[in-house]
Amino acid sequence: MNHDFSKLPDIIEKHPKSPQSLIAVLQDIQKEYHYLPCEALKLTAEALDLPLSKVFSVSTFYNAFSLDPRGEKVIRICTGTTCHIRGAKQIEHQLETQLNIKSGETTEDMKFTLEVVNCVGACAMAPVVIVNDEYFGSVKLTDTRKLLKGGNNAN
Amino acid sequence: MVIEPRGTLYPRVKVKDVEKIIESSIVNDEPEKTLLYSPNGNSSSVEKYKNIPFYAKQQRIALRNLGMIDQYRIEDYIATGGYQGLAKALTDMTPETIVDEVKQSGLRGRGGAGFSAGRKWATCASAEETPHYVICNGDEGDPGAFMDRSIMEGDPHSVLEGMIICARAVNSHEGYIYVREEYPLAIMNLQLAIEQATSYGLLGDNILGTGFSFTLKVSKGGGAFVCGESSALMRSVGGDVGEPRAKYVRSVLKGLHDKPTVLNNVESFANIPPIIVNGGKWFASIGTEKSTGTKAFSLVGKVRNTGLIEVPMGTTLREIIYDIGGGIQDDRPFKAVQTGGPSGGCLPKEKLDLPVDFDSLTEADSMMGSGGMIVMDDQTCVVDLAKYFLKFLVEESCGKCTPCREGLYQLHSLVDKMSDGRAVESDLVLAENLSKSIMIGSLCGLGKSGPNPFISTLKYFREEYIAHIRDKKCPAKVCPSLISYEIIEGPCDGCMACAPACAVKAITGEKGKLHVIDQNICDRCGACKAICTRQAIEIH
Ligand SMILES: Cc1cc2nc3c(=O)[nH]c(=O)nc-3n(C[C@H](O)[C@H](O)[C@H](O)COP(=O)(O)O)c2cc1C
Ligand code: FES
Repeated sequence: MNHDFSKLPDIIEKHPKSPQSLIAVLQDIQKEYHYLPCEALKLTAEALDLPLSKVFSVSTFYNAFSLDPRGEKVIRICTGTTCHIRGAKQIEHQLETQLNIKSGETTEDMKFTLEVVNCVGACAMAPVVIVNDEYFGSVKLTDTRKLLKGGNNAN
Repeated sequence: MVIEPRGTLYPRVKVKDVEKIIESSIVNDEPEKTLLYSPNGNSSSVEKYKNIPFYAKQQRIALRNLGMIDQYRIEDYIATGGYQGLAKALTDMTPETIVDEVKQSGLRGRGGAGFSAGRKWATCASAEETPHYVICNGDEGDPGAFMDRSIMEGDPHSVLEGMIICARAVNSHEGYIYVREEYPLAIMNLQLAIEQATSYGLLGDNILGTGFSFTLKVSKGGGAFVCGESSALMRSVGGDVGEPRAKYVRSVLKGLHDKPTVLNNVESFANIPPIIVNGGKWFASIGTEKSTGTKAFSLVGKVRNTGLIEVPMGTTLREIIYDIGGGIQDDRPFKAVQTGGPSGGCLPKEKLDLPVDFDSLTEADSMMGSGGMIVMDDQTCVVDLAKYFLKFLVEESCGKCTPCREGLYQLHSLVDKMSDGRAVESDLVLAENLSKSIMIGSLCGLGKSGPNPFISTLKYFREEYIAHIRDKKCPAKVCPSLISYEIIEGPCDGCMACAPACAVKAITGEKGKLHVIDQNICDRCGACKAICTRQAIEIH
């Protein structure tokens, strides 16, 4: 993947040059590119004067960071307890079969990434699926195709 | 819709009702009788929301402002008495008397462990090393809980005010609110609240002209459950990986950057302003002797009324689930209620009259936790639930200590075997022994309480485990390996809806004729049952 890395210095500059900023810097990079490109990790390590191993360790520890590029549409299925007992597992299974990938993976055409999250705090409308930043509640097994197509007409 | 000051409640208001409501409630100050709430649709309607069972049993302290004020306007918060506690603490009280008031209130931490807030503050206040830090734990990692999210989003100033009062009491000048990144709106609203409070002179340098200074920053979490644990959280605020350390080093003395630190939960802080304004005695008069005040819960799952509630400590589970929650959806039988998240446990119907407070729940092998309350009916399988929590913990274990990293992994494999119909009875004994070792040997609370969901379901639902192991049956019809879907003749009219819905193409049949599921292909996902409008698909 080719990326325009010219924005990186600006992103890093915005934070105080201290080890305490590491997570915040990585969060901003993740937000811009939807994953952490290898070049970005190296630049961050240099800028904050940290060993690369440290930057790598933090970026693999937290669920929020991804080291692989992600698809255009990121579908996140809440698998919190409430969503679980209301059928999130079946919805996950259905989406996995329809997209022919496992959760955590991205389709080959880079269109979809399937992920699971632990409770997004919207349990009263469980089960919840989030497509990019749009929340869908009380999702039914029969809604999955709609979610993949436009997302907009489900619920 | 609620019309104050009468407190008239109109449920399910439609656009066409608005005119009538304005005419009656606002112009004539009379309720519009035809639109009031009537329980079970009978004639006797209830006007005031306070008299409806859902509200009547509740008492709101931490959630006092939710839905009542505009969370984006500090003026609204101040108009309802906000920042009076801070003014009193800064002008009429000394740090010592603030700590005493909080001690007297008996407030115990709302984040799970239930440690006395007053004692924690006192220890930090008297610590010699400086600087002192104040941190608010807004990580809310327990799946199924969203009280803290609602407070941070809907009443952020109450958290700020509680924290500033705490800072004054323990002489701290720098604080952080740690919020999980899954809560973007909470982060935004807190940041806005911090800006507003700063511009009003309630935060920053020389607060209210008293010479006391305190600054606050929001620190975003990275989506790791273990970061809710105190020592892990402090490392994460410091920009590091969130690995906990051994408990004998107390974070109140060696916390953030190894300096004395008070860490309290969002709801704990939200309780502080009313305690300062009304006095610790007032707070202690609510609830039970050892668990004072109220507790917020997110009541979810298979219960009729889902949502946030707040009740005095000591309210029974039955009152919460039946009076406030309105009972089980579709009138199915109640099976269990899960409290305390992944570290908690399940309580069966024999425990419905248990008063909800810190100690009663712990005695019953569950936990208060942060306040998620997930109600389950007969269609929930406890073996599947235990497996679910163990998988969660296996993924969230930070991996630093072996009993937790390896132990939970093995425990999950054992329970997985049970749910899969591959287990033998001795596996149960093995799992019980393993649980004990994990609980004794783990470094932090995650591992120490990790086997709880298994232990408590086994204690109350042993026969269900036996059914999975000995009879290879899942009584709740959930565990995929132990069930099969079948289309029954009669209801099935060959409408052709199910076959295309089956992702693995296990269903065959012609239009207008009975369809058949090939059991060798079927992966038991349940899609056919979900789409069938004729109830023609049964689980065996
Ligand atoms: C694995 C683990 C996860 C935790 N998660 C949270 C959490 O999400 N929110 C919280 O307030 N406390 C959490 N706690 C409890 C905190 O360690 C700590 O006791 C609490 O924040 C202290 O505040 P309190 O005394 O006001 O409850 C967790 C503890 C453990 C062991
Ligand atoms: S469990 Fe899915 S939103 Fe809480």
